[in-house]
Amino acid sequence: MTEIGAAELIRGVELFAERLRERKAELTDLDSKIGDADHGINMDRGFTAVAAKLPELSEADLGTIGKAVGMTLISTVGGASGPLYGTFFLRLGTALGDRRTVSGQEFGAALRAGLEGVKQRGRAEPDDKTMVDAMAPAVDAYDSRIGEADPADALRAAAAAAAEGRDRVTPLVARKGRASYLGERSAHHADPGATSTTILFESLRDAIAGA
Amino acid sequence: MKKLINAPDSLVDEALAGMAAAHLDLIRVIEPNVIVRADAPRKGKVGVVSGGGSGHEPMHGGFVGLGMLDAACPGAVFTSPVPDQMLAATKAVDGGAGVLHIVKNYTGDIMNFELAAELAQGEGIEVASVVIADDVAVQDSLYTAGRRGVGGTVLAEKIVGAAAEEGQDLATVKALCERVQANVRSMGMALTSCTVPAAGKPTFEIGDDELEIGIGIHGEPGRERRAMATADEVTEMLLTPILDDLPFSSGDRVLAFVNGMGGTPLIELYVVYRKVVQMCADRGVRIERNLIGSYITSLEMAGCSITLLKLDDEMTRLWDAPVHTAALRWQ
Repeated sequence: MTEIGAAELIRGVELFAERLRERKAELTDLDSKIGDADHGINMDRGFTAVAAKLPELSEADLGTIGKAVGMTLISTVGGASGPLYGTFFLRLGTALGDRRTVSGQEFGAALRAGLEGVKQRGRAEPDDKTMVDAMAPAVDAYDSRIGEADPADALRAAAAAAAEGRDRVTPLVARKGRASYLGERSAHHADPGATSTTILFESLRDAIAGA
Repeated sequence: MKKLINAPDSLVDEALAGMAAAHLDLIRVIEPNVIVRADAPRKGKVGVVSGGGSGHEPMHGGFVGLGMLDAACPGAVFTSPVPDQMLAATKAVDGGAGVLHIVKNYTGDIMNFELAAELAQGEGIEVASVVIADDVAVQDSLYTAGRRGVGGTVLAEKIVGAAAEEGQDLATVKALCERVQANVRSMGMALTSCTVPAAGKPTFEIGDDELEIGIGIHGEPGRERRAMATADEVTEMLLTPILDDLPFSSGDRVLAFVNGMGGTPLIELYVVYRKVVQMCADRGVRIERNLIGSYITSLEMAGCSITLLKLDDEMTRLWDAPVHTAALRWQ
């Protein structure tokens, strides 16, 4: 497959919602070690609301889907994850526009727009130990592969890079969010946001690779 | 988990319904989960709005009423509210003089309030924001999210609310809130953890012979685990960093606030206050006003926090001004 369509994006979001539900306790547990023990709970609440909206979006264009997912997250998640994941999907949707399918390159540009939105909203820099540390390498890996590969391959590379990014910052001291209050004690715990972002890219990979 | 709830998912909604029923004279609850002063909007008065995760009761909903907040936005337990709530609150209390958002310094609160302020400004309402960041347990640097907003928030809401009640304009009210923020310092500790209902188990483990110094108000671990100590020793661990930070010095007049975290009885808070009085006297710091009780809590966590606010004449006058809310009231 060389194009990405509305059905794939919807499937990716559905898979993300299912996996967040399955891993809700794990994400909350990670958050209780270095945050405030609500990441899995909040993400599940938001994506349950998103999943309920998806059926009515089956005929919509990619931009409408992205924006509907973003607005729903902003209105239901709260915490830091709501505005951050909400902004990611809003910007992704805006970049995808009123098309029903886009090329792999165009999808990559939309992922990058989402990443830039997250960085702007959260003011996080690389190595602050946040979701950006999984998202930025994932988008970079996608971009570097998409020239020579199809979107499924590029998303495999993106998901692997997200996981590597998540693991790479685990030993670091957090500099953003509630984990930063812990100082040195935040080191050697996986970041919950980087973990959920890895699940996002794995879900997009599996939706588009047809797994 | 043993809690007096029906279900974790319905907890906040049911508590709000109970609160609305209990305080019909003071507040009403509007969609989507906003506690609004019964007589809002008041024409020509600056609206004062705050909000944050639930689980800190009576903050913020218990402070809605005459002389304090015009609206409060409770999120899920320990989770910042969503922008829809702050937007609805801002619109409900705007009397044409603009609205001040008092925001505790947490990443989620900041982002959600920011989104709401952008939306409200888009609808033609003037919004100003002040971030409260008074927790000396957290190092403030360019490389962290900065200090947390804790006990100082309660004092800011009272003093700023009184100024807005008098008819002071938005710029003046905002500057006053910034002055309170600049002069207030807090630190907290925990003897036990708390259990977020939706999580079902304690947020952190702590032994019977241990205490956590520098705890936040969400059960987020503090900076240091120590061996259990006496009330006087604990008071020293909290108050010394507070006094040294501003610093509070001889001749300063202060408001001393000893706050319970939810699971600590008033009798213990008075023991702490007694030591606060001694330590302030030793440094020549004069306690002019005090507040003792559980006003900014972390569910059922046992422990306390201490807050000192360096007063000036205007702050003292506004602290004394009448307040009539569910949790604070005097004539």
